[in-house]
Amino acid sequence: MTSPEPNPADTNTDNANPDSARWTFAGFRRGALDVLPFVPGITGFAMAYGTVAARKGMTLFEALLMSATVFAGVVQMVVLDSWPETLTVASIAGILALTALVNARYIMIGATLRPLLGGEPARKVYPTLFFLVEPPWLMSLRYYSKGGRDPAYMLGGGVAMYVTWVTMAVPGFVAGAAVANPKQFGIDLVMPAFFVAMLVPLWRGPRRSYGLIVGAVAALATDFLFGGFWYLIVGTVAGCLAGVFNDD
Amino acid sequence: MIEKDAFGFFVVLAAMTVVVYVTRIAGYWLIGRLVIGPRLRRMLDALPGSIIAATVVPTLVQGGPRAVVALSVTVLVMIVVRRDFFAVLAGAAAAAGAFAFGL
Repeated sequence: MTSPEPNPADTNTDNANPDSARWTFAGFRRGALDVLPFVPGITGFAMAYGTVAARKGMTLFEALLMSATVFAGVVQMVVLDSWPETLTVASIAGILALTALVNARYIMIGATLRPLLGGEPARKVYPTLFFLVEPPWLMSLRYYSKGGRDPAYMLGGGVAMYVTWVTMAVPGFVAGAAVANPKQFGIDLVMPAFFVAMLVPLWRGPRRSYGLIVGAVAALATDFLFGGFWYLIVGTVAGCLAGVFNDD
Repeated sequence: MIEKDAFGFFVVLAAMTVVVYVTRIAGYWLIGRLVIGPRLRRMLDALPGSIIAATVVPTLVQGGPRAVVALSVTVLVMIVVRRDFFAVLAGAAAAAGAFAFGL
């Protein structure tokens, strides 16, 4: 909020595309700092993952390699939980289908980034998307809605989450879940709280918020009827389709 | 157990990495291939709110009274103060308080 935006008068010789903003270290650092409120929650989750991985008979190397390559907490937990006795073509296909289902919400999240990053060169955007997780996505929506334009902001947040996620599995793996109950300090609700806080500025009166209303109702109904992870997909698709009827 | 078949484990890990990365880039890539008309524009505008609402509402319902108290406090503080960091801090404090009261 305090650091100045890049001066538009600066000569931008690095990029031929006039839409392309500058990727600065200042933006990267600011993105990393803005996700700090999520660090306790991610730390607790990473430690829990490390503990589960140890209990499932993974080596520390395997556990960290999974975090460093897959980098998707819910996917890792769910897949470990349902790891088959023997790997067959069918059981591997099952793991991958579960992976795709649990992470399908990122298809929607990625779509929301096109208006923000569409002017940037693909060689920078696609590597950045490897680090796409919810906290930097939320913070980026907020940052862009306040006029921020440095694409390195999201990368900074993503890398900060990545480092936290990979390293904090170590104490969980070594020591087991010797952590205080995260519920005691409300740490488990920090992420949902950010989500609901973000809903307040997104609410634009009932006639311009069909996406939000339908998304919530559809997700709730799907969760109630089917359980599992379908609610995220059904809710966001229904909400996004309903958004067509929003008043301008 | 997992270590029985180390080679299989690495194969699965590589495939999972690809699947997860594809979910991260597919939406961005796909929208870039489309011509954005007024309908798609409105859908894209509605998308962040839909995702956020769909993610959080089941949490609210399944989280019981503690989640309801914490997230209601968050919304109220956000409406009044309009600063999300304060709202989240107040929400986490309310959750801690509700926990202390045995909710």
